[in-house]
Amino acid sequence: MNDRFNLYRFAAPATFYPLAGKMIPWFVAAGILFGLAGLYIGMLVAPTDFQQGEGYRIIFVHVPTSWMSMFIYLVMAFWAAIGLAFNTRLSGMMARALAPTGALMAFLSLWTGALWGKPMWGTWWVWDARLTSELILLFLYIGYMALVAAIDDPRRGDKAGGILLLVGVVNIPIIYFSVKWWNTLHQGSSVNLTKSSMAEIMLWGMLLMALAFWMYSIAIALARVRTIMLERERHTDWVRQELAGDSQ
Amino acid sequence: MPNIVFSVIARDLKLAMRRQADIVSALFFFVIVVSLFPLGIGPEVDLLRQLAPGILWVAALLATMLSLPRLFADDYRDGTLEQLALAPHPLGLVVTGKVIAHWLVSGLPLALITPVLGIQFDLSTDALLVLTGAILIGTPALSGIGAIGAALTLGLRGGGILLSLLVLPLYIPVLIFGAGAVDATVSGLGGEGHLSLLAAMTIAAIGFAPWASAAALKIALE
Repeated sequence: MNDRFNLYRFAAPATFYPLAGKMIPWFVAAGILFGLAGLYIGMLVAPTDFQQGEGYRIIFVHVPTSWMSMFIYLVMAFWAAIGLAFNTRLSGMMARALAPTGALMAFLSLWTGALWGKPMWGTWWVWDARLTSELILLFLYIGYMALVAAIDDPRRGDKAGGILLLVGVVNIPIIYFSVKWWNTLHQGSSVNLTKSSMAEIMLWGMLLMALAFWMYSIAIALARVRTIMLERERHTDWVRQELAGDSQ
Repeated sequence: MPNIVFSVIARDLKLAMRRQADIVSALFFFVIVVSLFPLGIGPEVDLLRQLAPGILWVAALLATMLSLPRLFADDYRDGTLEQLALAPHPLGLVVTGKVIAHWLVSGLPLALITPVLGIQFDLSTDALLVLTGAILIGTPALSGIGAIGAALTLGLRGGGILLSLLVLPLYIPVLIFGAGAVDATVSGLGGEGHLSLLAAMTIAAIGFAPWASAAALKIALE
């Protein structure tokens, strides 16, 4: 029809499946490169912190996972909104494919936070506003995954999950601020990360690691969405051709 | 337009009155959970006085949540819900009526019995008033937010447990400000700010949640 590059073409699973397959190796390679560079800077180049010693180096995993956990929820809510507004099949699959990665990031963020907290603050867990809201975010991820898993009809599951995601994304600021006020009312903040100007090299390490986690998340979500597409569309011709091509 | 809201409230109240055992059992669930805490914690009056707002609020959250599956399930099973969705009135208004009726039979009784339970925890008169007021103002928000969860889990196996996973994290702000109002009053800061925020949440939940649950109901009815 026309030569104009049409992005909407890729909203159909049959065209998105091969595209995702082509993109995955690139994102994996970029993730490995960024990860190696980030780890090199983080573990070998960045100087020892004069207050926190070597233990601070967990920041290079902790901060990127926290960012990703929050960002992935927003991306899922974005796909949910698209899916509910335009009734596209792919959006719900994308939200589903992202959910386990988001939950993993939230869990890793909490876990590395606990490992960091023990040597620095002397405790695994404090009811700090940021820790508590990250924990609630993990609950929201688990709630979403439980809901879509409980609904047998995939399209109904996508839509119901989409509504839950949108309700969740409206609630996240409310939850965050209520937890923050609750915390300041109950106790003076016993934990205060002094906002010392971070050495530039540490910032670079963190950014590289964030990019590495970003690439990992995209690659794994694409791989997951490919399997979801095959499973959902198994009765269609393109899946039969795809699978027949693999076995040759 | 508001007629549909009132007629749904009247209908749901009439149905609830014919099954009073349901109302009473949710209420006694609340009373029993609250009474279990002193047995677990110990009878020290100072400690209990401090814990009372949190305990009563958590119990109120659980009691409200337990009665949520019934919000739509009976109408779904006998086909009434489908007829209501086909009616010319916006489904959001129907759900608004159901949410208000749900609060009248589940939230309001909790608020009415709260002073009695608060006395067991040796709360002062001020704290008792604020706690009762907070439960009175805050429980409509619980019914509203819960309606979304009830609509999303309609007709699913294991719906009850799933409902708690979906709804309890969203209840956290109400819990924080509800229990916080009493703490602020006891510590002399004044609980008005908390109560205002609680009222804001209730208004937002009653205003917006029914429309989200209506969207969820339409998905369930497809």
